[in-house]
Amino acid sequence: MSALDYLWLVPALPFLGAAVNGLLVRNRHKSLATAIGVGAPGLSLLVALACLAEFLARPGHAPFEQLLYPWTAGALSIDVAFLLDPLSAVMLFVVTFVGFVIHVYSVGYMAHEEGYRRFFAYMNLFMGAMLLLVLGSNFLVMFVGWEGVGLCSYLLIGFYFDQDFPPQAGRKAFIVNRIGDFAFLLGVFAIFAQFGTLSFKGVNTAILEDIGAAQAPFVLGLSVASFIALCLFVGAMGKSAQIPLYVWLPDAMAGPTPVSALIHAATMVTAGVYMVARTNLIYQLAPSVSMFVAVIGAATAIFAATIGIAQNDIKKVLAYSTVSQLGYMFLAAGVGAYVLAIFHLATHAFFKALLFLGSGSVIHAMGGEQDMRKMGSLRKHLPWTYRTFLIGTLAISGVPFLAGFFSKDAILGAAFEKSPVLWIIGIATAALTACYMLRLLCLTFLGKFRGTHEQQHHLHESPAVIVVPLVILATGAVFAGYAGKIPFTHFDWLGGFLASVIVVLPGHEGHVAHHEIGLEVMLVGASVLAAVAGLLLAWRLWGGYRGTSSDEALARRLPRAYRLVENKYFVDEIYDRFVVRPLRGFARFCWKVIDSVIIDGGLHVLAFLTELAGDLGRFTTTGNVRQYALYFFTGVLVLFWWMIF
Amino acid sequence: MTIPIVWYLVLAAVLFCIGTFGALTRRSGIAIFLSIELMLNAANLTLVAYSRIHGDSAGQMFVFFALAVAAAEAAVGLGLFISIFRLRHTIDVNRLNQLRW
Repeated sequence: MSALDYLWLVPALPFLGAAVNGLLVRNRHKSLATAIGVGAPGLSLLVALACLAEFLARPGHAPFEQLLYPWTAGALSIDVAFLLDPLSAVMLFVVTFVGFVIHVYSVGYMAHEEGYRRFFAYMNLFMGAMLLLVLGSNFLVMFVGWEGVGLCSYLLIGFYFDQDFPPQAGRKAFIVNRIGDFAFLLGVFAIFAQFGTLSFKGVNTAILEDIGAAQAPFVLGLSVASFIALCLFVGAMGKSAQIPLYVWLPDAMAGPTPVSALIHAATMVTAGVYMVARTNLIYQLAPSVSMFVAVIGAATAIFAATIGIAQNDIKKVLAYSTVSQLGYMFLAAGVGAYVLAIFHLATHAFFKALLFLGSGSVIHAMGGEQDMRKMGSLRKHLPWTYRTFLIGTLAISGVPFLAGFFSKDAILGAAFEKSPVLWIIGIATAALTACYMLRLLCLTFLGKFRGTHEQQHHLHESPAVIVVPLVILATGAVFAGYAGKIPFTHFDWLGGFLASVIVVLPGHEGHVAHHEIGLEVMLVGASVLAAVAGLLLAWRLWGGYRGTSSDEALARRLPRAYRLVENKYFVDEIYDRFVVRPLRGFARFCWKVIDSVIIDGGLHVLAFLTELAGDLGRFTTTGNVRQYALYFFTGVLVLFWWMIF
Repeated sequence: MTIPIVWYLVLAAVLFCIGTFGALTRRSGIAIFLSIELMLNAANLTLVAYSRIHGDSAGQMFVFFALAVAAAEAAVGLGLFISIFRLRHTIDVNRLNQLRW
């Protein structure tokens, strides 16, 4: 009996947990809800680890496919099947591990919230859908998971449904995601139309059999591969919050903090990156689309990073940081470094989940306050949160020997190879990242306390159930980077592990990206320098007891630029003006003119005519029998007249 | 020497017209009823006349049936008028005009 035979349990357990918690458990049975809510992902993690252990022992990491149900409908033949190959193995580990840790954290964080049971039901549902997405062996299963996580994201953003903003944010997330999903679905249709199959393996085989066909012109002047790649990428834009569909992610912070950590930092938003890596063959055949991906990624990275500088809500900063880091991943995928995209995805999952959970611990201690202007000096009161948060900050900033450094540095190296412009943007983003993250740390943990007296009195370190997950994730944030490419050495475990997933096109074999030592020193030096420069700048502006005085100074010195950045480049306003309001106007037109006037009006006219005819007709029904007899007689006469003449 | 068919028909037509006139102008329910009987018998008369001319007794059979039905109808009609009279103390059809809007 092999553990891999139980692979189906990995997504099934969280689904079961969601069903039991959602449908059977009562609200008052809180400990039962906890046991199921945390137990299901916990068991799922154990099964996943057993599967991974066995998978690693397989010779050559041969992909394992588990067919659950051959679903056939006419010419369309799609299996409900799971695929465990190196790529989904990495994702499986990240999702189950980080997911489980966040579930444990939620027990502490959500302890006093209304809807505790509902929260865990949604979270488990999310885990199930995400694992379906990751493990699916074809585009359809992936799409089901893809939509499932979107649904859970909507449910969890709007978790506090009794307030005004969260449900709105949830709807926004759902609608913006739908735009991307539409394109994703188009891509899937195109794949089926072209290759007659939806399984990842089948598509790759079909393409490799006839590369010319995949590069044949298709529609809109794009080749088959380009069209599919573009559609899929638009889908990824929505889910992974890239320009221009990133606007939902910052608003998604309206959900509880563990949700932000799990869904909007570590797992769901990286689904787009996973999908691009999964379909890397198509992207390799579509170089122009790949370039587009890289440009969008780089643009998103720097754009979001600049916004992050001027935000005062602790979670908003982290949200823009997430958007920015996702940009890095797409930059990597766009320049063809799919392994590095996944590498950054994994390290980012650790340190960004850590940062979000840390911010949750802060918010918890501050009694729900999220405005950094009212924080400060929390280092003294929340020592463990501070230590782990410091590790997270240094890791995301790209300080050497921590996780973020390895993945980010490798991505920048790959970007340099493709285009120095992208590299410069990447370096600038790295500096900005270090800057806004240290600003966040300084405003929150250092300096003087700027909140109310009551809040200060209430400050306390979070319980162990919150701190232990932080420590676990901090450990990951330190060591996760050693799994991948280490500069100046030939060590690259992750690269070797994932090599079989990245299809090498015929004629491109033997290309190994190893820079000369001089170039490598320059590249690594530049990224370290950028991180250090960003940190130093932030320390000069916000370090010590300066508080928010530098923000005010910046706002005074560069009023227009600061206002622009503080208001997120007015993108929401632009969308409101050019998309939302015209759409609303159109809907209003449909309602007020087409529905109320044309459709309802037509019916009203018809009803009026009928009534009029009735009104006229009823003058003839007087109730007088003799009159009726006269009608009758007249009728007979008319009939006779008609019959005779 | 037989009476020509036209005479019968003229008599029937005259009876029918009298009946129609009575049915349209009388206000008493019973009188209207009698007028209708008159129209019915006008029709019966033509049937009998033709039966005699053609030497075919089917017409006379029809008349027997018509008389039987008319008797039954008269019984029902009179019964209705009696119950209406009990209810409304009148059988003036001008005042029996409840069946209207």
